[in-house]
Amino acid sequence: MRIAPHGNALAALLLIPAQHQRMAHLAPLDFAVIAVYFAMVIFIGFYLKQRNDTSEEFFLAGREMTAWIAGLSFISANMGSLELMGWAAASYQYGILAAHAYWIGAIPAMLFLGLVMMPFYYVSRTHSVPGYLKLRFGESSRLLAAISFAVMTVLMSGINMYAMALVMKVVLGWNINFSIWVSSVTVASYVALGGLRSAIFNEVLQFVLIWAGALLIPILGLIETHGWTGMRARIAQNFPGQDFTHLWHGLGTFNNPMGVHWTGIVFGMGLVISFGYWTTDFLVIQRVLSAKNLRAAQMAPVIGAAFKMLVPVIVILPGMIALALLPHLLPESVAAQTPGAYSYNEVLPLMLVRYCGPGLLGLGITALIAGFMSGMAGNVSAFSAVWTYDIYQAQINKRAADHHYVVVGRWSTILGVLASIGAAYLVMQFASIMDYAQALFSFFIAPLFGTVILGMLWKRATSAGGFWGLLSGTLTSVGLYLWVHFNPAALAHVAFSVHAKMMAENFYRALWAWSVCILVTVVVSLGTTPKTDAELNGLVYGATVLPRQEAVPLYKNHWFWAAVVMILFLMVNVVFW
Amino acid sequence: MGKTDISIWYFNGLLLTAYGLMIGGYGIYELVRGQTAPVVLAHLHAPVWWGGGMLILGLFYCIRFAPGKRKPQPAHQGE
Repeated sequence: MRIAPHGNALAALLLIPAQHQRMAHLAPLDFAVIAVYFAMVIFIGFYLKQRNDTSEEFFLAGREMTAWIAGLSFISANMGSLELMGWAAASYQYGILAAHAYWIGAIPAMLFLGLVMMPFYYVSRTHSVPGYLKLRFGESSRLLAAISFAVMTVLMSGINMYAMALVMKVVLGWNINFSIWVSSVTVASYVALGGLRSAIFNEVLQFVLIWAGALLIPILGLIETHGWTGMRARIAQNFPGQDFTHLWHGLGTFNNPMGVHWTGIVFGMGLVISFGYWTTDFLVIQRVLSAKNLRAAQMAPVIGAAFKMLVPVIVILPGMIALALLPHLLPESVAAQTPGAYSYNEVLPLMLVRYCGPGLLGLGITALIAGFMSGMAGNVSAFSAVWTYDIYQAQINKRAADHHYVVVGRWSTILGVLASIGAAYLVMQFASIMDYAQALFSFFIAPLFGTVILGMLWKRATSAGGFWGLLSGTLTSVGLYLWVHFNPAALAHVAFSVHAKMMAENFYRALWAWSVCILVTVVVSLGTTPKTDAELNGLVYGATVLPRQEAVPLYKNHWFWAAVVMILFLMVNVVFW
Repeated sequence: MGKTDISIWYFNGLLLTAYGLMIGGYGIYELVRGQTAPVVLAHLHAPVWWGGGMLILGLFYCIRFAPGKRKPQPAHQGE
């Protein structure tokens, strides 16, 4: 992975339209489909503008969403470019191994969030994850987490913009700057106007739209390849000796498309990165905090997990179908030097153009735009809340009127979008969009998970332990990244194999960072004075009296549905073993 | 609380209905004209059945969650 100097990235970005011939031309009907969508999201923003009188309404949608809305928003906010473009590209590179990100890399963590962690987030009445760290560990931990989250969020939002602009460039030949600015202004408008409520409304809308626009590709793809069996046969024919169709079978060694051992998948992705992202990333937690009561807040991640398990159908399957039908896609760096060639980062739009004529093409493009915009809106609304509550209110202006913070929230939304636009120009030089995102996760998310989980489950963890654990974990992650960056031979130590590929390196780096965070937190905590049980009430397991929840029928019980989802999760792993 | 008068599901219904009409209508136009867009599997007439499916789903949501026809609960919750 190489981070290009800013100027080079910008130059490369501007050159791309000249290197590629556009895949398709939109018909007037396609433009009409796209226009209807933009009109709808802007209308929703204006419609909800008057419903944001207080900061609680602007940043947490008044805490009155149902489990269904919070749950769909919970996963929709995550369905940005990483989901649609990044993982489709990853599935072309790694085959069905990429589905681990949706199954072991998501489901257990989402269920754990709903069943175990949500009560503490919800009962503490925190406005954000850094806010929880303030209550549990003190101001220094909050500031560290808030700043790292703000940086990560802006960078992730930049990835979203780059991916969206890439789609528009590849498919339609649109100017890349035009794409970035139109989508940015739209997102800034509806989030700044309607706050989290508007973001959530649009995320539910976008969730439905993404399925409507993207589900047709795997359906038609499987018809063309004569079903799953036919697709597997074609992949085996195109890539003899390589296993793209087994989830676990080839993970006993590093000799598989991802270059990762099963320990990296289970402990790096399944434990650290997944639990870190789904249980501590405020982008998704913010949606669940908007739930109307604790039961809805616990049910929302379970509903999200059920739908999450289905997402590979519209993301991973198209990538695998492309392995069967389009076996000559190249890495971005090679494709850029090869006239007429396409990279695997463009696999999803290539499949879209393959099957969709006027109208359906517009719907597919709209689905991609919706995915990018929901991801971007998720990032900027979370950035706005953390900036306002955990940086501005905590460090700059502590005693302003509530309305003042709503105004700051609106302006910080716009500021977040502008910062994201700047970040978009930094992401051009990477071989795979997803690898870059994974590197970011391991920098910040993995140690944060170590701090939060110890804070919630271990009364003995102290403020000093939390802060030094978080700091040392983050520095470990950055240090390991730089070590391998300047000395590739170090990969043998970081990821236990010189054959480990970039994604495997990210998994193991996350595992190291988390382990260091846990170790330092425990050691420092044992040498410092803990808080009393009374101070920890509402924050830590064993020191908190959770509110009593009324009995409900089985079909409304979140433990029952979590068990159902868990059984289905185990079944898909066995079926695709 | 009645802070929002229109359910999110109604918005979903509107969008799906509009898309169903546009795409399904175009699919029928292709059928009648006897000439399809140059895409793979064009003979399956995906716009017709996909657009039709969206139209049916959209109409269901529009009717089920029409403004003024909802249960007395916070209006946006849409259950």
